[in-house]
Amino acid sequence: MINNEVTDIIGPPVMKNGWGAWINRNLFSSWFNTVLTAICLYTLWLIVPPLIKWFFINAHWNIPAEECRLGDGACWSFIVHNFRFILFGFYPFEHHWRPALAILLFGIITLVSINKNWWNRKLMYLWLVTFLGMAILMKGGIAGLTPVTADRWGGLPLTLILSVTGILFAYPAGILLALGRCSKMVGIRAICVGYIELIRGVPLISLLFMASVMFPLFLPDGVVINKLLRAQIAIILFAAAYLAETVRGGLQTIPKGQYEAASALGLSYFQQMRLIILPQALKTVIPSTVNIFISTFKDTSLVVIVALFDLLATTKASLANPEWLGFSREGYIFVAVIYFTFCFSMSRFSINIEKELNRGY
Amino acid sequence: MTYNSLDNRINRLHQLSIIIISIGLCVSSDVFGGSTLNDVKKKGFVQCGVNTGLAGFSMPDSKGTWRGLDVDSCRAVAAAVFGDASKVKFTPLNSQQRFTALQSGEVDILARNTTHTLQRDTALGLNFAPAIYYDGQGFLVSKKLGVNSALELDGATICVKPGTTSELNVADYFRTHKMSYNPVVIESKDELINAFFAGRCDVYTADISGLAADRTIAKNPSDFKILPETISKEPLGPAVRQGDDQWFDIVSWSIYAMINAEELGVSSKNVNKMLKSTNPKIQRLLGVTAGLGKSLGLNNRWAYNIIKHVGNYGESFERNVGENTPLGLDRGINQLWSKGGILYAPPIR
Repeated sequence: MINNEVTDIIGPPVMKNGWGAWINRNLFSSWFNTVLTAICLYTLWLIVPPLIKWFFINAHWNIPAEECRLGDGACWSFIVHNFRFILFGFYPFEHHWRPALAILLFGIITLVSINKNWWNRKLMYLWLVTFLGMAILMKGGIAGLTPVTADRWGGLPLTLILSVTGILFAYPAGILLALGRCSKMVGIRAICVGYIELIRGVPLISLLFMASVMFPLFLPDGVVINKLLRAQIAIILFAAAYLAETVRGGLQTIPKGQYEAASALGLSYFQQMRLIILPQALKTVIPSTVNIFISTFKDTSLVVIVALFDLLATTKASLANPEWLGFSREGYIFVAVIYFTFCFSMSRFSINIEKELNRGY
Repeated sequence: MTYNSLDNRINRLHQLSIIIISIGLCVSSDVFGGSTLNDVKKKGFVQCGVNTGLAGFSMPDSKGTWRGLDVDSCRAVAAAVFGDASKVKFTPLNSQQRFTALQSGEVDILARNTTHTLQRDTALGLNFAPAIYYDGQGFLVSKKLGVNSALELDGATICVKPGTTSELNVADYFRTHKMSYNPVVIESKDELINAFFAGRCDVYTADISGLAADRTIAKNPSDFKILPETISKEPLGPAVRQGDDQWFDIVSWSIYAMINAEELGVSSKNVNKMLKSTNPKIQRLLGVTAGLGKSLGLNNRWAYNIIKHVGNYGESFERNVGENTPLGLDRGINQLWSKGGILYAPPIR
């Protein structure tokens, strides 16, 4: 049978690509969505222009505080006048280039490490050399650099030292604790479980308190352990306990066959772990490991409790200056930007590592 | 009632630590029998506990140099001991840590706007040098509230810093006058003030020196007023550990020397000229008449060095909190006794 009737003429398809279509499909597809879109646009209109006005248009960049107070924009003069104290704390003013250079070195080595092709033993030595260089720059005492004691360190370098050192020591400690917790040896397992539960059971702030308030009372007269070291140890202990549980999570994802195969190859316990189990386990838990790194980085701001002047504390101290009282918004926005830069970079860095390692399951 | 949970936690820890410290002190109170002066001389600097940032009393400037009245009292001691006001290291302390730091020997002097009270003098094992600033607690309110006296504050919400005598005073005051109030406690002063200006509480209470400074932050300072009542006495002075009388004397007389210097008209500018003065009081103060420094365990030039490097009390006051600073405090009762105030230093002889 032949159909002789002319079928309906179908018009050209409605545009499905491009901005117009996207907007049509997602923002105005029904009356309800249209209303929602309108409300959102109105809210944005209420919020965004005043913010931009405050941030940039009405902002003052370099005028004295009294004039700043009269204006209704942001007073970035506060940052311009105080950024050196905020970034470097009590580090001697004329030597500020040293911590600045140390941070720069750290940034460069981190950027270098992004490229997987350069991951080898040489890079490891390069890291060691960099750390040594940073320590020399900060501490001085050799190569004609004036010695600067640790109690004068502050600001961004202090935040970085506390978090990077904390992570570097806590990571291996956390792995050992995780292995210990999975161990068949009862004594070791009990110790590891006890440690992890004890540390996880108290807030970091109480560990810092113990380290700074209680600990000195038990020391003999005249023996004073550096406050920085005390806080650093508390941070390491804390991060290690959390990392241990994350790593244990990774260990549990490894099928039993892997352990058995490794044993069948005649590998010792440590060889099994180092060559077979841990490389797989640690790879799986990269996201949650980085999670802990990021929170460790932010937790370092709690050292203000023990009166160390990290980035946040130096900002607060600048805000107490009678000349600049009341510019806390500007101050906190400034540190928030710095914190965000570091945390966001860490998160991008971990995504990069994940891609490079390209785990296949 | 609003509480900041972190502060709450800190407060609980604080209470716990006070208990344990008290126990610890019973055991270790005689450990610190040694001479602080010798320790300080051996170290080569005075370790001084200060506030982490309080305008006019102790706070770092934009170059990280400590400035303030409390800071000057430490520098005075350094000048007396070493003849060099820069031989002092500062340990910033918060209000919970301050006493432990002194008791454990972490600092030699606690100059952290600390009120001299019986409890602190005895149970906490401290000795208080003469006050360097006589403060008192007051109330800052918005004029819109229409309140003219603190006695009209029944039922008010009050912003107050935790762990301070202010917190206790306000409780006493309201109990005495059979009034009720809701405390809002926030550890960070900055947040506390902003909470007040944002209208989270009707009243902000602290020492009047602080209230005057904090009012300057407001968009329109004339919208706020300090109520006439002063509900407490707050003599703020440096403290040292009990059991070392020599060190206590050095700190006390460093402050007396600054007050006496102002009374005698000796300042950092004219101190060299004053060495030739024929006034026997000035001669004794500046060590022209020998022998007085020795009884403190210092050299004869101790007071000369304080005045030369730090200045007399009036200079320190004007430099840190006086009329020409953003705080703009007037001398009030912190004036010499001869000019209507209550600063009265025993004679140096």
